[in-house]
Amino acid sequence: MRLTEKDLLGIRDLTVDEINLVLDTAESFIEVSTREIKKVPTLRGKTIINLFLEASTRTRTSFEIAGKRLSADTINISSATSSIVKGETLIDTARNLEAMNPDIIVIRHSAAGAPHILARIMRQPIINAGDGAHEHPTQALLDLMTIRAKKGRVSGLRVAIVGDIAHSRVARSNIYGLIKMGAHVTVAGPATMMPRYIDRMGVAVSYRLEEAIRDADIIMMLRIQTERQHENLFPSLREYANYFCLNRENIRLAKDDVLVMHPGPINRGVEIAPDIADGPYSVILDQVTNGVAVRMALLYLLTGGK
Amino acid sequence: MGQKRTVMDAEGIDRSLNRIAYEILEKNKGVEELILVGIRTGGVFLAERLQKKITKMEGVEMPLGILDITLYRDDLVSTNRKPKLGKTEIPFSLDNKKVVLVDDVLFTGRTIRAAMDALIDFGRPKLIQLAVLIDRGHRELPIRADFVGKDLPSSIWEAVSVNLTEKNGRDEVVIEESEH
Repeated sequence: MRLTEKDLLGIRDLTVDEINLVLDTAESFIEVSTREIKKVPTLRGKTIINLFLEASTRTRTSFEIAGKRLSADTINISSATSSIVKGETLIDTARNLEAMNPDIIVIRHSAAGAPHILARIMRQPIINAGDGAHEHPTQALLDLMTIRAKKGRVSGLRVAIVGDIAHSRVARSNIYGLIKMGAHVTVAGPATMMPRYIDRMGVAVSYRLEEAIRDADIIMMLRIQTERQHENLFPSLREYANYFCLNRENIRLAKDDVLVMHPGPINRGVEIAPDIADGPYSVILDQVTNGVAVRMALLYLLTGGK
Repeated sequence: MGQKRTVMDAEGIDRSLNRIAYEILEKNKGVEELILVGIRTGGVFLAERLQKKITKMEGVEMPLGILDITLYRDDLVSTNRKPKLGKTEIPFSLDNKKVVLVDDVLFTGRTIRAAMDALIDFGRPKLIQLAVLIDRGHRELPIRADFVGKDLPSSIWEAVSVNLTEKNGRDEVVIEESEH
């Protein structure tokens, strides 16, 4: 069993067996991070370039830790300190990096499809760490891993994804993954943040938080991208919070053993009340822990190419 | 596959494990500071059986760890065809402990090299000993076992499999010529 593609560009390209392979492998990697010496020699002598051309702390740190725990050499490039600011194109940057013989490239970019361009022109495996509003496959995999670990399965669960669905790559990758694994997905958010034809992905659509989370096994709250406020998608953060903030009142509508997830960074009091984010239903920090294991699994499975 | 020969039956395996259990106790003068670590997958079942036998003899249950050596292999590099990674479970420090590594077949010695590297990441054992059910020769590294169930001189083209009830439904050691 192995991943059939050279790259990980999106959950859309993965089969159920491939998703399970990544999750099984990631579960075995959890143990490495609990050791006193958190390092195995598996990728000794391999070079991983983290090309982060859009802001990130969690994902970049997670990839860097994953690479280091596998003994790879990890190099981080961010847009502010790269030649992108001097006007170099992405393709030229890629060709120059390739000339230095790295073994794997992790890329985050604000433009959807940027990782796909790299995958076409570079021999090295490319991992998409988030491209525009398109996909964020490693986030969906760590979410699936967290659900599977806590619930023992994904199939048959009722999942509500709430927030700015239109601009969320996390939502898109999770929809692909959850549907493939047999979950029932409802997306909810203000009409201005709901993409047209989203139902064609196989999800139910709601415009009310209460409706979406009723009897849910899993609630995924998305970050409200406050930087989008000038687009007039909602009148004010307070109004958004009035209608779409998950709090101790409305969470009662969900199942008693509901899991609350959030990809971070959270806006406390906007999409999620602080006592819910820190409360007993929350698995937000488990998601972060599992993220390192999922990324170790992908680096392990993808190195070497086809 | 060519001809198949059974070189050890269930009784033979059990007798060998009894002897190994006694030898472990004799050599270490009891179970104090002693830890068993089985190498996935065959070694784990053998380590569990040794643990049971020693518990019966000494009335003390020795700690048992499980080690997957995949991440320490020396032949992982060139493709994305990767061996399935199993869980390692060594939830205790190995500092100053006497570790008995357990595997089913000792062949090139490369698995044991990987296992020793892995163990040392869990602390500094006082010593590491090796127990195997079958030693089939053809070493590629300077490694030898402390406790051996059966020496089985084999051709490099033969396949030696240790079948155990826990995973194959019956206990036997078979040797067969592989096509090449």
